[in-house]
Amino acid sequence: MLCECGLHEATIHETIITNDKKTLERHLCEQCARAQGVSVDPYIPINQLLSTASYIMGQVITDEHAQPDDDFVADPPSSATPRPTIKAHTSSSTCSACNQTFADFKKTGLLGCPRCYQDFEDRIGPMIERAHEGGCNHVGKVPKRALSECKGDKDTSRVEALLGDIRQREARLGSLRSQLSKSIHNEEYEQAAMLRDELTRLTSLASSQIEPVPTPTNSPSSPSPS
Amino acid sequence: MHAGAFSNNAQWLRGLGEANDVVISSRVRLARNISGFPFTPQASRIDRAQILDACKRRILSMSTSTDSQFMWIDLHHAGREDRNLLVERQLMSRQHAKGRLSTGQGGLDEPRAVAVLIPDERVSIMVNEEDHLRIQTIRSGLALEACLAQANELDDQIESGMDYAYHPRFGYLTACPTNVGTGLRLSVMLHLPALKLTGELEKVRRAANDMGLAVRGFYGEGSESPGEFYQLSNQTTLGKSDDMLLREMELEIIPKVVGYERHARKNLLANRHDMLEDQTWRALGTLRHARRMKAEEAMELLSLVRLGILTGIITAVPLDRIHTLLLSIQPMHLQRTLNAVLTQQQRRIARAEMIRACLNAEQSSE
Repeated sequence: MLCECGLHEATIHETIITNDKKTLERHLCEQCARAQGVSVDPYIPINQLLSTASYIMGQVITDEHAQPDDDFVADPPSSATPRPTIKAHTSSSTCSACNQTFADFKKTGLLGCPRCYQDFEDRIGPMIERAHEGGCNHVGKVPKRALSECKGDKDTSRVEALLGDIRQREARLGSLRSQLSKSIHNEEYEQAAMLRDELTRLTSLASSQIEPVPTPTNSPSSPSPS
Repeated sequence: MHAGAFSNNAQWLRGLGEANDVVISSRVRLARNISGFPFTPQASRIDRAQILDACKRRILSMSTSTDSQFMWIDLHHAGREDRNLLVERQLMSRQHAKGRLSTGQGGLDEPRAVAVLIPDERVSIMVNEEDHLRIQTIRSGLALEACLAQANELDDQIESGMDYAYHPRFGYLTACPTNVGTGLRLSVMLHLPALKLTGELEKVRRAANDMGLAVRGFYGEGSESPGEFYQLSNQTTLGKSDDMLLREMELEIIPKVVGYERHARKNLLANRHDMLEDQTWRALGTLRHARRMKAEEAMELLSLVRLGILTGIITAVPLDRIHTLLLSIQPMHLQRTLNAVLTQQQRRIARAEMIRACLNAEQSSE
């Protein structure tokens, strides 16, 4: 079949359907299809597909409209839970901040608020460990800005809220060290290199935050198995 | 040919990148919660509205590269069509579209949103899903490292203006303890049609489960996998750093599964060439001539044609055409592309029509 232009073979066949009946058929070559806006490739960007009423495009919000974000952080609404602080473990069955019970958690599998992790730590600790194949301590990223802000603080509570107290840090380093020697023993050298980097990072992170003189981070090199 | 059809848009849909014969796309998700608020399921409406407002200000004021910007969509004000479109596009979860949490609570009017980085659509941030923030980055092919780097950068930018809920032992705190620690989920969408044909798919599924991975369908949790498209993702988030999780997935586990599929394809080519040729051409023939087509059937057939292209049996259809179709034939995309509201029967006719227009364009050059 020839295109409407009569020059080329029609390769695009468009039918417009209204109320279940075919009302308009068109047979076009690629050039004509493109010229008439009939797309061979039905791809359309998402912002053109969405109805215009449902979204706003972002712009850098100017100072007069923007509330300083710090206000938001520093002044939580009255209904909000308190900021997490390190405190002694309790074994209460109700969260001291959001009132969710441990029974609620068992039913839904969801915790109510950050404080639940502290208030139920003894009970959820072993469950979490099982769910994460034995992982019981976080390894890796620490909120960057929060950590940099407590640099040089005389009061160590903010650092401890992120990195834990000396006892907790030591426990974590100890667990990393044993993982490291296990990896070396199993000749998993890439894994070992990463664990060693993590050890270095964690040690230097804590010392740079707590002591006034920061320890420079060592550049990583492969551990030498022997 | 329409190689330029995607220009700068939605690059992750192009089907390019490393190991793109098997890996369709890579995705990284970080779960984060704001300190001082209950997690979304326990938060009051007022809390959720405040969380939404704070995140909106933060996200829309973040610096992006000059030619891209965030598009913010308040889902409690968006229509069903728009919500479905975003799910089909893999920019958010079905759960988020419905506003319903895994506990069954919630509903369509719950204050929640999604922010999408335009025009490349490689970043989307869900606000007030199960966690306050779910930062997602997506790319085509095996590109978890690049996805993670971008997600971390966004994470740092957001955190520079708000305090996250964090615990020295449990790391980033999440509503569900299965996400605690790094809050990181690395997912890879794989196309495994040869393993299906050789009957080894179940074995690989079990092996993936044994390696601690979750195996899900095309649209995530609980979804079916027409066309043998599977998402593999890590389940452990505590006790391993993001780099360690990344290394395991990108350098060990995924290459193994990719290797199984490639091996199965070679096997089919060497030992069952006639069957492979017949099945893939038959699929293309049906797609080029059928007058009615269900989405699931189209996905099954497109999957076979994709296999035909990648085994060198079908040469006249460009791979990106298949990728575009996989998305465009979805019910809401189909209707919006044609700018019409269609019944199921009309959709089947229109879908067949769209596929024919798309796949017959090259026929003359064969």
